[in-house]
Amino acid sequence: MNAPALLEIADDELILGWRDSEWTGIAPSLEEDVAFSSIAQNEIGHARALYELAAREIGTTADGLAFDRDPSEYRSAPLVEQRRMDWAHTIARHYLYETADEIRLAVLKQADDADVAGLAAKMDREEQYHRLHARMWNEHLRDEPRYQDAIRELWPLALGVLAPGQRSELAGRVGLEPVEAVERERQSDELGELWEEMTMVRRSVPGATW
Amino acid sequence: MIFEVFRQEKKGAAFAHAGSVAAPDATFAEAFAREQYGRRQESEALWVVPRDAIRAVTDFADELNKTYHRVDGYSLKAKLKEARERAGTARDS
Repeated sequence: MNAPALLEIADDELILGWRDSEWTGIAPSLEEDVAFSSIAQNEIGHARALYELAAREIGTTADGLAFDRDPSEYRSAPLVEQRRMDWAHTIARHYLYETADEIRLAVLKQADDADVAGLAAKMDREEQYHRLHARMWNEHLRDEPRYQDAIRELWPLALGVLAPGQRSELAGRVGLEPVEAVERERQSDELGELWEEMTMVRRSVPGATW
Repeated sequence: MIFEVFRQEKKGAAFAHAGSVAAPDATFAEAFAREQYGRRQESEALWVVPRDAIRAVTDFADELNKTYHRVDGYSLKAKLKEARERAGTARDS
């Protein structure tokens, strides 16, 4: 598996984990707070494992990839970069992302590289819980106009999570018509801001061993 | 709504009360219970029960004062001592 492909997924997971963690302490209920924070932590854990694999190939470290790159080098999809939105948008993103991620992981589990396939299988076990959570919320909110608007708004961004060949599959699963996707190349302003915050501590003492 | 969660640690073991979760419905309760009591291989199974469905019984009147219905109605210690003395195996203490 080539490093750039791994980095796309790793960056998605890191940035989404980061964004979801912004809900820690302010989710609509304490139970949801625990559940969503746990999901956020899982995503960052997945990012770490993927960065490790990519780092081995590139000859650097996972931390180096996560925190020492320039914002322009991140390959994350604009969907995961959006700054804290309302709960309807957050759940819409969660549902769309998890559905897309399932399609992506199924392919990864078949990878020739045993390390990649093994990691994908391991990630998928945790993602099952995420999907359960996402589908449950989707069922719960699907008749709410605010939620429907959020899904429509984020749909082109959700398509951009997947490679073009996988997008019709996503459209089928969520029951929406394919539209023009917002591609990874189109970096959002939100990422720069997030990067500033995310790498602040590490940049405060360049070259330090933590 | 409050749901009570019961947890089975091993197959065949008795379910024990683990705690409770607040959730809008049974589906959410299940998800929250899985999150808090089932994601780290600590449970074999869970029971998630609406608190309202539990009939709690806490008042046990002992109207007839029939202590012989209870195990502690017998002074086993004294009887055991007597028996041991008879058999010549009495302990020092």
